[in-house]
Amino acid sequence: MAAASLPASSPAPVRAIRAFLSRFGLIIVLVAMPAVFAVSDLVNEGNLSRLGENLIDGLSNGSIWALVAIGYTLVYGIIELINFAHGEVFMIGSFVAVSLFGTFGLTAATGVPGLILGLLLSLVISMIACGTLNTMIEKVGYRPLRSSPRLAPLITAVGFSFILQNVGLLWRGGSPQSITDLINSQHTLVTILGVPITNGDLLAVCVTFPLVFLMTTFIARSRLGKAMRATAQDPDAARLMGISVDTTISLTFLIGGMLAGAAGLIYALFQTTIWYFQGFTAGLIAFTAAVMGGIGNIRGAVLGGLIIGFIQQISDNRIGTEWTPAIVFAYLVLIMVFRPSGLLGEETREAG
Amino acid sequence: MSTAVAESRSNETAPGTGGMPRPARIGLTLAACAFAIVLPLFFDSGGNVMNNLVLAAAYVVMALGLNIIVGFAGLLDLGYVAFFAIGAYTMGYFGSSFHANAGGGEGIHILVSGPVENLPGIHFNFLLVCVMAVIATTIAGMLIGLPTLRLRGDYIAIVTLAFGEIIGRIAINGDEVTAFGTKLTNGRQGITPVDKIDLPGLERFTSLDLRPWFYVALALVFIVLFVNFRLRDSRLGRAWIALREDEVAAASMGIPMVKTKLLAYGTGAAFGGLSGAFLASYLNTVNADQFQFSFSIFILAMVILGGLGSIWGVVLGAIVLSVINNYLIPDVFNSLPADLGLDFDLTELSFGIFGFLLVIMMIIRPEGLIPERRRRMELVEEVGTDEAVFETRMP
Repeated sequence: MAAASLPASSPAPVRAIRAFLSRFGLIIVLVAMPAVFAVSDLVNEGNLSRLGENLIDGLSNGSIWALVAIGYTLVYGIIELINFAHGEVFMIGSFVAVSLFGTFGLTAATGVPGLILGLLLSLVISMIACGTLNTMIEKVGYRPLRSSPRLAPLITAVGFSFILQNVGLLWRGGSPQSITDLINSQHTLVTILGVPITNGDLLAVCVTFPLVFLMTTFIARSRLGKAMRATAQDPDAARLMGISVDTTISLTFLIGGMLAGAAGLIYALFQTTIWYFQGFTAGLIAFTAAVMGGIGNIRGAVLGGLIIGFIQQISDNRIGTEWTPAIVFAYLVLIMVFRPSGLLGEETREAG
Repeated sequence: MSTAVAESRSNETAPGTGGMPRPARIGLTLAACAFAIVLPLFFDSGGNVMNNLVLAAAYVVMALGLNIIVGFAGLLDLGYVAFFAIGAYTMGYFGSSFHANAGGGEGIHILVSGPVENLPGIHFNFLLVCVMAVIATTIAGMLIGLPTLRLRGDYIAIVTLAFGEIIGRIAINGDEVTAFGTKLTNGRQGITPVDKIDLPGLERFTSLDLRPWFYVALALVFIVLFVNFRLRDSRLGRAWIALREDEVAAASMGIPMVKTKLLAYGTGAAFGGLSGAFLASYLNTVNADQFQFSFSIFILAMVILGGLGSIWGVVLGAIVLSVINNYLIPDVFNSLPADLGLDFDLTELSFGIFGFLLVIMMIIRPEGLIPERRRRMELVEEVGTDEAVFETRMP
C-alpha cells in the first residue's frame, strides 16, 4: 500500500532524505522537546533537577498509560480492532475502586496494614469488574460482527464508549470529584539527586511493573498465552490446530480489562480526582502510546506509555495543562507521519 | 465485485436506489423536493418546529459531506467537527465585530448594508464568507488527509480524530494566544453576535422569522445533493468506490491514490465548512464548546444510521437524528425519567442514546435504513468481502 502511493522513481537525494526520516524521524521528534527544555534549564538554573522531577512524575503517570495501552495493543494484535471503549473501561475501573474505598471504610486515618489489605481487595475486585465488563462488550458488540467489514466493530466500539461515558455521568455526576488522598500521594519518600520521589510514584511503579511482568510471563509461557499468540498470527490456522478462537479472544479482552481496572485504581489514588470524561482522554493517550511502541507489541506499549507519560508531564508542567491533549495528539500525528509501525515494530498480521 | 457492477449497469439503475426504474426515481426525487419546499408554510415562522427544520437541513449538508469521505471513499473520519469549526470560525472572523481594530478601528466592510455597515470588525457578505469557508475547509481537509495517505483504515480514524481534537483544543485555548493584535478565538465565551445572513435583494434575516433561514439551508441541501449525485456517478466517484472496495486493486488499475483520496477529503470538508458558516450565522455564536468529539460522532451516526454511501439514506439519517436530538429528547421524552421516579435529565444522556443506536444499528442492520445497493449486496450475500473474514465457530 505504501509503495503504491509513492512515486516509483524519485531522485537519489530525496530517497536518502526519506530513508533517513523514516529511520530517525520519530526519534528526533521524541527527543526534541526534552532536549529544548534541558538546555533552557541548564542555562537558567544551572541544573537538571526540574527535568528530573518531570521524568519521575512522567514515569509514574506513564505506568498508568502503559497498563491501559497494553489492553489496546493486545486487542489490536488479536482482532485488529481499536477498542474505543477501552478508555471508558478504565474510567469505570476508577469509579469502582473509589466506591470500594467507601465500602471498605478506607480513610486517610486507616492504619498501614488495614490500608494495604483494603487497597489490595479493591484492586482485585475492580480488576475483575473491568475484565468482566470488557469481555461482555466483546460478546455483545464485537463478536457478532466478526465477518462484517472492518468499520462495523469500530463503530460499535465508539457506541459503547458513549454508553459507558453516560453510565459514568449518571453514577458520579458531570463535574470532576476529588477523593480522599488515601496514600498521602504527594508525601516525599526520598530525594535522589535533588529529585523528590513521592508515595504516589512508588505505588504506581509497585503495582504496574509486577503486573506487566506477570502479563508478559503469562503470554510467553502459559498454554493460553501460546493460544493467544497463535490466534493473533493466524486465526484460521489456530482453529485448525484445535485452539478455541472465541475463548482466546474473550481471554484477551479479560486481561486487557483487568489491566485497565488496575490502572483505574492507581489513577484514582495518584490523581485524587475522578470524573466521567477521564476515560476519553486517557484512552487516546494510551492508544498513542500503543501506536508509538508498535501496535500488537506489549513491550512497545509499556515503552510508549512511559514516553508519553514523560511528554505529558513536561507539557503539563511547562506549557500548560490545557494544551496537553493537543500536544499528545500532535505527537500521535507525527508518529503516523514518520513511522506508523512504531518504535519497536508492529506485531500484527498485516505487518506480516 | 465485478458481478455487482455489471448487474447494476445492465439494470440501468445507479447503486443506492433500490433498483427503481428511472422515471419513478425522478418523480420521487421531485416530490421530496416539493415537499421540503412547502413544508415550512404549515408551521409558525418563529416557532420551535421551524428551528428544528433549519437545524435538520444544516445537519443534512454536513452528513452528506461526511458521506463522501466515509461512505464513498471509505476513509473513516472521526474528526469531522474540525471542518465545522473551521467553517464557523471563517464566519466568525469575517462576519462579526471580533477583529475590533481591523481597518484602523472602523472595520472593513464588503458588500454589506444596513446597521452592520457602522460596526467595527470585518464584515463580509454571507455569500463571500461561504466561498471563503469552502476554500479554507478544502485546504484544511487536504492537509488533514496528507498524513493519512500511507495509513490503513483504523489508523486514519485515529489521525482524523487527533486532528479534530487539536482543532477543538485550539478553539478552547485560543483566547490565550494573540496573533495580529487580536485573540485567536474567543474560547468558551464564543464570538457573538455574528452577522445575520444578508442576501442581495432580500432584507437582512432576523431570528424571529426563520422561514428565510430554512430556504437558504434548503438551497444548500439541494446544491450538496446535486454535487453528491453528480460526483457519485462520475469517474471520480467510481474511483472512490473502487478505492473503498480494494485499495491495492484500485491502485493497480491505475487510479491515482493520492489525488483521489485528497479530493475525497477536500470535497467532504468543503460541505462541512459551508454548513459550519451557515450554522455560525444562524446560531449567532462561534463557541469552542460546540466543537467536541461527540459532534463528529453525531454526524457519523447520521451517515451510519442512513446507510454508508447511500445519499438518500444519509439524508433520512440526518433528519431522524436531528429530530431525536433537538425535539424528541429535550421536548417529548424528557419527563420520562421523572415519571419513572428517576432523578436525571434525559438531555444529559443524548450521546449515550446515540451510542446505543450505533451499537444496535451495527448489530441488527449494519447496512443502514436505506442501504446503498452495492453495500447491501456485500453485507447480505457476502460478495466481495475478503477482509476480516474468519468465522469463529466452536468446534
